[in-house]
Amino acid sequence: MPRPDWLPARRTKENHVSDEALWSKCPKCGEVLYRRDLAANLFVCTRCGYHFRMRAYDRIASIADGEFTELGADVLPGDPLDWSDRKSYPAKLKTDRERSGLSESVVCGFASVGGHRVGLGVMDFHFRGGTMGQVTGERITLLFEAARRERIPCVIFAASGGARMEEGMLALMQLAKTTAAVSRFMADGNFYLVVLTDPTSGGVSASFAFQADVIVAESKAMIGFAGRRVIEQTIRQRLPDQFQTAEFLLEKGAIDMVVERSDLKDTLVRLLEYADHE
Amino acid sequence: MSNNIIVERERSLVELERRIAELREASAAQPLDMSSEIAALEQKYQQILHELFGTLSPWEKVHMARHPNRPTSLDYISRFDRFDELHGDRHFRDDPSIVGGFGTLRSRNVMVLGQQRGRDTKENLRRNFGMPAPEGYRKATRLARLASRLRLPIVTFVDTKGADPGISSEEHAQSEAIAICLQAFTMATVPIVATIVGEGGSGGALALAIADFVIMLEHSTYSVASPEGCAAILWSDASKAEEAAAHLKLTADDLQRFGIVDQILPEPLGGAHRNARDVVTQTLGAVDAALARLASLTPEMLLDQRYRKYRRLGEWQAEGLEPVRTAR
Repeated sequence: MPRPDWLPARRTKENHVSDEALWSKCPKCGEVLYRRDLAANLFVCTRCGYHFRMRAYDRIASIADGEFTELGADVLPGDPLDWSDRKSYPAKLKTDRERSGLSESVVCGFASVGGHRVGLGVMDFHFRGGTMGQVTGERITLLFEAARRERIPCVIFAASGGARMEEGMLALMQLAKTTAAVSRFMADGNFYLVVLTDPTSGGVSASFAFQADVIVAESKAMIGFAGRRVIEQTIRQRLPDQFQTAEFLLEKGAIDMVVERSDLKDTLVRLLEYADHE
Repeated sequence: MSNNIIVERERSLVELERRIAELREASAAQPLDMSSEIAALEQKYQQILHELFGTLSPWEKVHMARHPNRPTSLDYISRFDRFDELHGDRHFRDDPSIVGGFGTLRSRNVMVLGQQRGRDTKENLRRNFGMPAPEGYRKATRLARLASRLRLPIVTFVDTKGADPGISSEEHAQSEAIAICLQAFTMATVPIVATIVGEGGSGGALALAIADFVIMLEHSTYSVASPEGCAAILWSDASKAEEAAAHLKLTADDLQRFGIVDQILPEPLGGAHRNARDVVTQTLGAVDAALARLASLTPEMLLDQRYRKYRRLGEWQAEGLEPVRTAR
């Protein structure tokens, strides 16, 4: 999918650095895919249907109608714990920034989706594993506060390994902060829709992700509270492959629907129509 | 051998205590004057006590918080004037790793909730080592909402390694249970006072710790993840837990500095279990005082104050070095 003109140019440029590779190999079926074909197919393997993890701006381009006004881009991470192990935390952030072309694990802003103006937040697993630090929580909070003032729905694409270790308890407190913002937003009668993408777990799934009115998940996405490895170590046995997939959660009654990426935008537009009071 | 380093250290004290007692006995039974030896031993005892527990590293505090004799939630709740336990999530089962119910604390009716670990293997198995399942958080949600309806302040005691990471917990949507519990506490229209009495592990602890006033015992810990979990996540090596503990800023002092904890309660030298009775009395006094301070606030004021409190948490820095606050 070619990046549209309306997304900020510097992002496109930054993205080029990491996305320059012409070919991508499907981790599931091994098919070697021409990058441009893959992008045109919404980063879904043309052979087996495997959903690649999408980058935030690619996702926005695939969902928004043609405008995106970013919110909170000037809110940038610090180093509250003075964390340094093999590498200092600011150095890790710098590396991730260069690799992902993002300044944090979430991009928030306003967009039009099928003609519906929404607050849109997209998490990106390529930045610190989508972990939630203070800035992640702050941007999500700013988004819900702004959407509440405007009385427009919020759509969040979740992808996260949980709270970010290097920001310690201040990262954990983002569960409380985002919960507060989401709760106020919802209490006022606003509609909140979440799309769980691969993977969503830990502090993000246990806070704003599962607080949504309607929970959609991308096909085959791994979604859970605890990581698969942690559970396997705890119970000392291998888990079935299906465990914690979107399909598994649907069967258990934890989510509303599982959707293929190719149907995602149409699904969101249909759902947003039910909450449109105009 | 205990895998708790504090318990291990206490062994050397037990040996000294025994020798002092023996010497005393021998001294009383014989004409020999052994008072100087006894005095020397006692001096050594005090010295060791200070060496062992005078200053505790974050890792040592983690073990202190997990000490098998440390007062648990029920040790506090049992000292309420009254307690009537309420059970179950109304859907699937009762989770004994969260206890909750009506209580009366110093003549004030409250709703009380706490994570409950066991003291021995049998009780630990029953209570899943204090790691709540979704059913526990759904019970907490139910009781928090009931508290709002009946205008009962909520008192919680936090003591958990974290929420249960198991097959059944995943099948029953642990994430959703915690997420909704966080919402219930966020939206409660009554005062909430939380006390971190042992280990505060991650979201599973936070689910009972969103509060208008947070108290923490001196040697309790409260962390984004257990040091073992953090080391496993960052370095794929749980044995580096001690190093992780040093980084995580999980002590009461650290958290008060961050504005996450409002009041720290001192513990006796060697930890709360060395004088559990006084620690419980002092803690309940602090909870009562906090409730008294919050009693005059209207629901609107409480909600507004609570929102602003959590809204502030988590400062960040701009590209340069100057701390920046959000423009609202």
